[in-house]
Amino acid sequence: MNTGALITIAATWAIVIGFAGYFFFKVLKGDQHKNSDEKM
Amino acid sequence: MSDNTQKLPVARKTEAWGSRVGLVLAMAGNAVGFGNFLRFPVQAVQNGGGAFIIPYLVSLVILGLPLLLIEWSSGRYGGQFGHHSTPFIMHSLGRQRIWKYVGVFGIFCNVAIAAYYCYIESWTMSYVYHSFIGSFDGLNQHQIAGFFSDYLDVTTSTTGIPFEAIIFFVMCLALNTWILSKGLSGGVERTAKIGVPLLIAFGIFLAWKGISLKAGHNGAVLSGSAGLNFLWTPNYDSLLNPKVWLAAAGQIFFTLSVGMGSIQCYASYLKKDEDIACNAMSAGFMNEFVEVVLGGAIVIPIAIGYLGVDRVVDLTGLGGLGLAFRTMPFLFEQWGGVVSAVAGVAFFGLLFFAGITSSLAMGTPIMAFFQDEFKWRRQTSAVAFGLIILILGLPTVFFFQYGVFDEYDYWAGTVSLFVFAMFESVLFAWFFGLKKGWAEINRGADIKIPIIFRYLLQYVTPVVLIVVFVTSLIRPENDDWSKVSFTSWPLHAESIIGKVIHKEGTANPEYFAETYQSELSGTVDSTWMSGNRYFIQVIPEGRDEEFAQTTILGADGKLLVKTGDHIDQAQVIYQGSVINKIFYVDMSRLLLLIVFLGIAWLVHIAYQREHKQKKY
Repeated sequence: MNTGALITIAATWAIVIGFAGYFFFKVLKGDQHKNSDEKM
Repeated sequence: MSDNTQKLPVARKTEAWGSRVGLVLAMAGNAVGFGNFLRFPVQAVQNGGGAFIIPYLVSLVILGLPLLLIEWSSGRYGGQFGHHSTPFIMHSLGRQRIWKYVGVFGIFCNVAIAAYYCYIESWTMSYVYHSFIGSFDGLNQHQIAGFFSDYLDVTTSTTGIPFEAIIFFVMCLALNTWILSKGLSGGVERTAKIGVPLLIAFGIFLAWKGISLKAGHNGAVLSGSAGLNFLWTPNYDSLLNPKVWLAAAGQIFFTLSVGMGSIQCYASYLKKDEDIACNAMSAGFMNEFVEVVLGGAIVIPIAIGYLGVDRVVDLTGLGGLGLAFRTMPFLFEQWGGVVSAVAGVAFFGLLFFAGITSSLAMGTPIMAFFQDEFKWRRQTSAVAFGLIILILGLPTVFFFQYGVFDEYDYWAGTVSLFVFAMFESVLFAWFFGLKKGWAEINRGADIKIPIIFRYLLQYVTPVVLIVVFVTSLIRPENDDWSKVSFTSWPLHAESIIGKVIHKEGTANPEYFAETYQSELSGTVDSTWMSGNRYFIQVIPEGRDEEFAQTTILGADGKLLVKTGDHIDQAQVIYQGSVINKIFYVDMSRLLLLIVFLGIAWLVHIAYQREHKQKKY
């Protein structure tokens, strides 16, 4: 792959995967808190 | 709180989401559709490759994310007053009566889009079946493209089952109806919890196959990295072209499923203090992951690997659907045996799950409208949805070749979405007020939304949407703004006004005629007779057989051309009674208008009823 394509793909994938993972992790964590609160 | 909202009581206990993850997966499933895998890569190829991602990400920030926040928060707000469809959600946000009629778009878009979207969904069902039983085994590229044309011509059967396209369409609608009748948590959420992880798994498998493609293996002429290179190598000159920015804004718009009314409906089932900020970002970025990472690594790398760059650029002219159904089954066949069957099932399976999680999101606001405003039972509302979509969808099935499908897509799936999004952003920012709106977005939020979004919501998003809409209305010929003036404004055939006045032109401008003129110049590839009809296949000038167009005419007339003849545009090729395409186009527009007015009338009746009960 050429350098331009490699940089574009790496930067874009990092942004998208990073944000998607971060927000979904927060949602999962929120669900766990909610479930444990309901059990209490 | 405004006066009108104080008068709005909570109507009754409604359905609710079973879990937060379920909600986010359902919202992501709503957003993830065929466009993630088929439209995005084609748009990127046609608009500067890797450089397309810059306007794409800018559009995500100034248009996509703000619209997500508007729709999530206005949905949750309207839901507090017992309303789950946009006419009455918008009525709760704005004091003026007109807003509930603007909200009609939020039901109309879902009805009209579901009518043709469920048809595409039924193609994916059928192609999963055909991939599984090996219908494509041993067929060459031209035969596989022909298989799709035969499928679309409802009188021809690819399986021996008569009216196969209709049967799959009805099965698809029955499945949607059944899931919707199970309710929000038991039907929609459960489907999303199965469908979204499965489509991601299928997507990862196919992306891995695409990226790891090696030149010389299984007939591949280029490696998978050549496709990625082509798709992601930036062409920065394209950034100066306004067309590229408009294409990126359009892609962001369609991929997030904003401007439809389905996000508001899903969000309206949230409780008053439940988070929307983090949920909205999670669903939005999950969609981006599927689109940018998976969508960009499947169709283009595999197609370029087998067909080469020039051929794929040419094929993108057929659009994403053409690539998926005419070309991809042939490419999967190159892998041979079980792998090709698995790849076919995975590809059309992921499209099916992407489709059904979106069509369920289209069905939910329609059902909610019947349940909330007319007190219909859930099952009755689900059956009503199925029947309405069947009636409205059948013209797209029977008259697909006459442009009915494209008309639905243009007026409901493109123009109406922009109009609705423009109005809802204006309502939220300038009528409901950003002070209340910002508080609504941040209430119960698990993340802190950067303050810049407040200014984007207030000024940038509504203004950008107004500019995009006005531009689409009066877009000049060849997108050349330097040639327009107050005295001369040649319109683009795809501009809204250009469409209304049939600027695209046609060789057959009358509804009914006694002769038929060729719509294009080219060579007659073949002519045949089937079921009392003539079929004329013409290869357009400068194209190959992959681009052949078939014209169907009644067998009671006289065909004036034969195989091998060269024909010019507007040349008379048939003598006999003809109903021209323009008739079907205008009738489909009339039908859509009647549907819109019918929904507006139902909204009016519902409002009058509630007014009498002194709810307002």
